[in-house]
Amino acid sequence: MNELVAAVPWLGRRNPMAARWLIIVLALAAPLIAMMFGRSWVRVLDFALLYMMLALGLNVVVGFAGLLDLGYIAFYAVGAYTFAFLASPHFGVHWPFWAVLPLGAAFAALAGIALGFPVLRLRGDYLAIVTLGFGEIIRIFMNNLNYPINITNGPQGINMIDPIVLFGWDLSRTLKIGDFTINSLYLYYYFFLLCVAGSILLIQRLQISRIGRAWAAMRDDELAAKAIGINIRNMKLLAFSLGATFGGVAGCLFGAFQGFVSPESFSLMESIAVLTMVVFGGMGNIAGAVVGALVLALLPEVLRDIAVPIQQMLFDRVLLDPEVLRMLLLSLAMILMMLLRPVGLIPAKARYAHPEHLPRKKEARP
Amino acid sequence: METLLQQLINGLTIGSVYALVALGYTMVYGILGLINFAHGDLVMVGALSALQTMMFLMGVAPGMSPIAMLTLALLVAMPVCMMLGFTMERLAYRRLRNAPRLAPLITAIGMSFLLQTIAMILWGRSYHTFPQLISTTPLQPIAGVFITPVQIAILITSALIMVALILLVTRTRVGRAMRATAENHKVASLMGVDTNAVIAMTFVVGAALAAVAGVMFASNYGIAHYGMGFMPGLKAFTAAVLGGIGNLGGAMLGGITLGLVESFGAGYIEDLSFGFLNSSYQDIFAFIILGLVLIFRPTGLLGERVSDRA
Repeated sequence: MNELVAAVPWLGRRNPMAARWLIIVLALAAPLIAMMFGRSWVRVLDFALLYMMLALGLNVVVGFAGLLDLGYIAFYAVGAYTFAFLASPHFGVHWPFWAVLPLGAAFAALAGIALGFPVLRLRGDYLAIVTLGFGEIIRIFMNNLNYPINITNGPQGINMIDPIVLFGWDLSRTLKIGDFTINSLYLYYYFFLLCVAGSILLIQRLQISRIGRAWAAMRDDELAAKAIGINIRNMKLLAFSLGATFGGVAGCLFGAFQGFVSPESFSLMESIAVLTMVVFGGMGNIAGAVVGALVLALLPEVLRDIAVPIQQMLFDRVLLDPEVLRMLLLSLAMILMMLLRPVGLIPAKARYAHPEHLPRKKEARP
Repeated sequence: METLLQQLINGLTIGSVYALVALGYTMVYGILGLINFAHGDLVMVGALSALQTMMFLMGVAPGMSPIAMLTLALLVAMPVCMMLGFTMERLAYRRLRNAPRLAPLITAIGMSFLLQTIAMILWGRSYHTFPQLISTTPLQPIAGVFITPVQIAILITSALIMVALILLVTRTRVGRAMRATAENHKVASLMGVDTNAVIAMTFVVGAALAAVAGVMFASNYGIAHYGMGFMPGLKAFTAAVLGGIGNLGGAMLGGITLGLVESFGAGYIEDLSFGFLNSSYQDIFAFIILGLVLIFRPTGLLGERVSDRA
């Protein structure tokens, strides 16, 4: 929570308590406000929360440990497909949510270690490319493993995935308390909110723990970190697997919420989108990841609502469709942020920051 | 045996296209230490702007000879890409030259997607048929191997371009300036080399190669669309790493090797995996090679540079 206060900088500095309450109230009231604009907006908020979780997880890998991972969406995919395999008519298995969720998280963590081992020695750009390749390989397999044995059902994906059922309480059904009904989208919203809050808590504790400090040391200077006795190998593997765990959990939630998974949802563009959220918000910073995800998940939807009618009014037809606008927005956000404000929207506190981002003497690159 | 030879020809053709793109990656990396992610998308821009030119020419002068048309298309595509390469360097990468490690890379990724989006706006999402001005119907088979005129054209053109590039880098003043800058920016500029101009020049030359590669790629497959540059771009990067990044000969060797591995792999994967995998897995070879090279021989086949320059 203290971390999040940075999300409202003006108030946060003067009155952290008020800022805290503001965030809590906003988070709780958000779907009610969104409902005024239509039910689809609540759905958008649900997805924004999923993106938030992804951004938080990727932030562990990229921001804390300094390992640029361009295949992060693969872990999301692992989580989503685990849920789809174990809780859908595809294999005729219907395991309960609480059994599948840890499995999804565990498989994602294993995938993280599987990716981490070979790339232990790589840094920076090479690491980025290899992780990108890993993401693509996973996607290619999902796309093609419908032959000769049908495992993933290929490009069609798997549908009719079971919804989330918490102790016999089905989140996909409208809840009725007397005359009062609560739509399923709200139920999912508050459940996801709980998950995000839990993730934030966990990640915040992680950041200030021995592990978090070891990551920061490793990120800032690997050689020096090794010299003071940090086990680089274990720390890197831990970063990959813990980051992946959040991706896996988010994937499970996504599969259950959407009721349908296909390789299309796990394209490279999505990896890049999550990375943009982290970069945009501010690397190595929890509030940054949350705000980045919120802004970049909502903005394309807002644009969708505003830009299309405006274009129709001005040109009588839609020149830029919403998907193009989203890509344009994300790519420009990435480039402009790096050029104009490389620390991100909400810079990480100095003690957690990349020292590279702090003011320093210029030195030539070799 | 015939399959073997056939795959050899196919592999050489596609490999020489990869090599051309890989040269662009390797030159930029050699000088700046930057993976210019957007380089692959210049391939796409080259192909699509050539397509646009051809469409225009077909409308204006329907009787024009295919060779003249292709030449004109190249003469448009190359400057377009060169200008884009120059602009990218000037507006983005130059400002980030002293920035932290991740910044230029993230910018380059953004650039790549920006180019794709712009292409999507200009040319739409659909696949365009690329006019095959050089025939793709195979000639009379030699020893059971089919070779198409467009493949011959690709092989000859890319060989010529590679020779020209090597001459440019080893025999000319600009080339010497490039090598000096790659070795050490500061010292090169102390010796009177205008390093900014040299870096811009590198981007421009690389972009021109990408444009040619784009036209070749599209001519070979007869198709062009906004996302066509990404995969070849990645593969070409793999080729550059495989050969030893920063090394021109390495990029060529790597490109050809990758092309061969891919075409043999696609040809034999079904037998090798007992029918479990098929040729739709073709794209994973590049990634597997990339992973293996980086893990076991990060300097590549011919390179001396090490993978981590922290």
